[in-house]
Amino acid sequence: MAVIENPDHASSSDAPTRSWYENIAPGWWVLAVIMLFMPAVANDFILFQVFGWTFILGMIALSLMFLAGYGGMVSLIQMSVAAMAGYMVAIFGFSGISDLSLGMPWWVYLPLAILIATIFGTLVGALAVRTEGIYTIMITLAIASAFFYFTRQNYGIFNGYTGFNLVVPPQLFGVDWRAPMPFYYLTLGCATLAYLAVVYVSRAPFGLVLQGIRDNPRRMAALGYNVVAHRIAAYTFASIIAAVGGILLVWQNAQVAPGTAGIPAVIDILVIAVIGGIGRPIGAFIGAIIYVVLSTFAPDFLFSVGLSAERFNLLIGLGFLAIVFFSPDGVLGLWDRWQERRAKRGDPLTGRSEDGGDPL
Amino acid sequence: MARFASRHPVWTFIIVLAAAVFLWLIFAPWSAEMEETLGRKRIFLNAIFGGVTLGALYFLVASGFTLIFGLMRNVNLAHGSLYLLGGYLGFEISEFTGSWLIAFPVVFIIVALVGIVLQHQVFRRMDGEDLRQTMVTIGLSVVLADLMLWYWGGQSYTIFAPDWLSGPMTLPIISSIRDSGEIVYLRYPAVRMAILLAAIVIGIGMWLLLNRTRLGMFVRAGVDDREMLAASGVRIQYIFLAVFAFGAGLAGIAGIVGGTFQSLSPGEDTRFLLASLVVVIVGGMGSIPGAAIGALVIGLSEQLGLVYAPTYSVVFTFLIMALVLAFRPQGLLGSAR
Repeated sequence: MAVIENPDHASSSDAPTRSWYENIAPGWWVLAVIMLFMPAVANDFILFQVFGWTFILGMIALSLMFLAGYGGMVSLIQMSVAAMAGYMVAIFGFSGISDLSLGMPWWVYLPLAILIATIFGTLVGALAVRTEGIYTIMITLAIASAFFYFTRQNYGIFNGYTGFNLVVPPQLFGVDWRAPMPFYYLTLGCATLAYLAVVYVSRAPFGLVLQGIRDNPRRMAALGYNVVAHRIAAYTFASIIAAVGGILLVWQNAQVAPGTAGIPAVIDILVIAVIGGIGRPIGAFIGAIIYVVLSTFAPDFLFSVGLSAERFNLLIGLGFLAIVFFSPDGVLGLWDRWQERRAKRGDPLTGRSEDGGDPL
Repeated sequence: MARFASRHPVWTFIIVLAAAVFLWLIFAPWSAEMEETLGRKRIFLNAIFGGVTLGALYFLVASGFTLIFGLMRNVNLAHGSLYLLGGYLGFEISEFTGSWLIAFPVVFIIVALVGIVLQHQVFRRMDGEDLRQTMVTIGLSVVLADLMLWYWGGQSYTIFAPDWLSGPMTLPIISSIRDSGEIVYLRYPAVRMAILLAAIVIGIGMWLLLNRTRLGMFVRAGVDDREMLAASGVRIQYIFLAVFAFGAGLAGIAGIVGGTFQSLSPGEDTRFLLASLVVVIVGGMGSIPGAAIGALVIGLSEQLGLVYAPTYSVVFTFLIMALVLAFRPQGLLGSAR
C-alpha cells in the first residue's frame, strides 16, 4: 500500500501525448499485479476472511467517504443501506427461511435488491440533506438505529431477531462463488469497479459541483446549481456502492440479521473511513484493511498481553481516538505529511522544494 | 404563547381541542362502548403514565445534552455513556451505603467531574471543530462502553428503591366503575410518581436558573452569540465548564433513575443516547422547553405504541422524527439559524 501516488498528478500535466494507461502511476500497476496474483501465495483464510472482508468493508466505507469527502455530509446510514440490500437478496432470493424467501432467479433479485436499497438510501438522504454538519450525523444515526430496531421487531418481512441464514451466491457459470478464490476475485472486482466509479464521478462535472457545494453551498446555489438535488443524487450514488457491498457482505457471512446494521457496525464504518482518511477514495480501503487485520489478529495480541479477546473494542476505540486526536485526516494524512516533509528537504542546493505534497 | 395564538389561530384551536379531548379521556370514566373500541381504560391510563414517566427520564438525559449542544455547539455522543456510568456508580453507592438518596448527590458530583475533565482536556483542545469533536465523542463512547463492560460485565443491574417509595399509590383518577357503582381509582408505582415529580422540579429549577439568575443570563447570551459574550469580558470557558459539568451530572443521576425503574446493562448507553438524539431533534436543539416537549412526545408515543401496536412502536418514534424534520427541520421549539 505504500506505493500509492495521487493519480491527479499524472493526468493533469502532459496528458495529450500519452495514452490513458501511461497516465497511471507505476505504483498502481504494482498494486494491481500484487492483488491479481495474491491467490498464488495467500491461503484461503487470508483470501476469504481478510481480503474479502477488507474489500467489502472498504466499499461500504467508500460510499461514506464519497458523501463525507466530496459532499461534506457524514452519513451513518451507509451500513443500513448495505444491510437493506442484503435483506432484499435474502427475501427475494434463497435462504434457509424458505417461508419468507421468494426464490426468484438471480437476474431478478440482484437488480431488485440494489434498486430497493438505493431507493431507501435516497429517501434517507432526502431527509438528511435538510440538515447540515453534525445534525446530519445525528439524524442518520437515529434513522440507522430505527432500521435496526425495526428489523429486529418485524417478523413478517425481516424475520426479526434471527434474520436469514444460508444466503449464498448463485452458482453462476459453474463456479462456486463462495469458495475462497472466486470470492476473492469477485470482491476485488467489485471493489475496483466501485473505486474507479468514485474516482470517475469525482472528476466528472457532477462530482466537481458536489465538491463546490461542499465548500460553499450558497455560492453554488447562486451560480444556478440545485444544491439539494445534487446532494440527494450523491446519496443515490453512494447507496448503490453500499448496496453492492452489502450483498457481498451477506454472501460472505451467509447470513443477515439485525446486528448486521446494529449501532456498533454503523460506528465501525465511520471508524474505518476516518482511520483511513476521508479525503481520498483509497483511504476507505486502507482503513478497512487496518480494521480487518486488527480485528482478525487482535485476539492473539490481546491474549499475549494478558487481556481477554473481548477487549477488541477498547483497542479499536483507542486507535480511533488517537487518529482523531493526532491526525484528523487519517493514515493518509500521516503519509501526506511525511511526503511533504521529505519533499521540503528536497533540494539542498537551491533550497527549492519539489512539489511532492498533496493538492488537497 | 399569546403571539403564537394570534399568529396561528387554527393551529391553536386544534392544539387546545386535542388537549381537551386528551384530558377528558384521562379524567372521565369511560362508557362501555368506549371500552369496547379503545380497550380497557386502565391499560390506556397505564400507557399514558408510563409514557409520561419515561418522558421524564428522557427529559433528564436530553436536557443536559441539549444544553451542552446549545451553548458549545458540541454534540456529545458520549452522553449515553455518562448516563450508564452514572447508573452503575449509583448502583455501587446505593449498595455500599444502603441509601438510595445519598447516591444522587455523589453520582452527580462524580459524573460532573468526569464531564469537567472531558470538557477541559478534550473539547477545549478542538474548539470550533464540530465534526472532530463529534468523532472524538464517538470514540470515547466506544472506549467507555468497553471499559464499563469490562468492570461490570454483561449482566443487568437494578437499583432498588427505598421502602417508603416501593409499592403502589392511589391516584385521584378514576380507572373504572364496577357494576355495583363502586369507583376504582388508578394505582400506580410510587417510585415512578416520585421520578416524575423530581423531573418536573428539576425542569422548573433549570428554567428558573436560566431565566432568573445571572449565570443563566450568561448561558442564554452564550447560546445566542458566544463571541460577543466572550468579547464583553465574561470568562466563557468557566461557563462552558459549569454547563458541561451540570449536563453530565444530570445524565449521571438520570442513570440512577433509569436503573431504578428499568435496568442497567450494556447497550443502554446507546439506547439513551439515541433517545436523547431523537428528543432534541424533535424538540429543537438547545431549547430546554423543547427538550421537555420532545421527551414527552417520544415517551408517550413509545409507550402507547408498545400497548396498541407492539411491533411498530419504534417506527412511531421514527415517524414523528421524520415528520418534524420534513416540516420543521429546526425542531418544534428550535430557532432557525
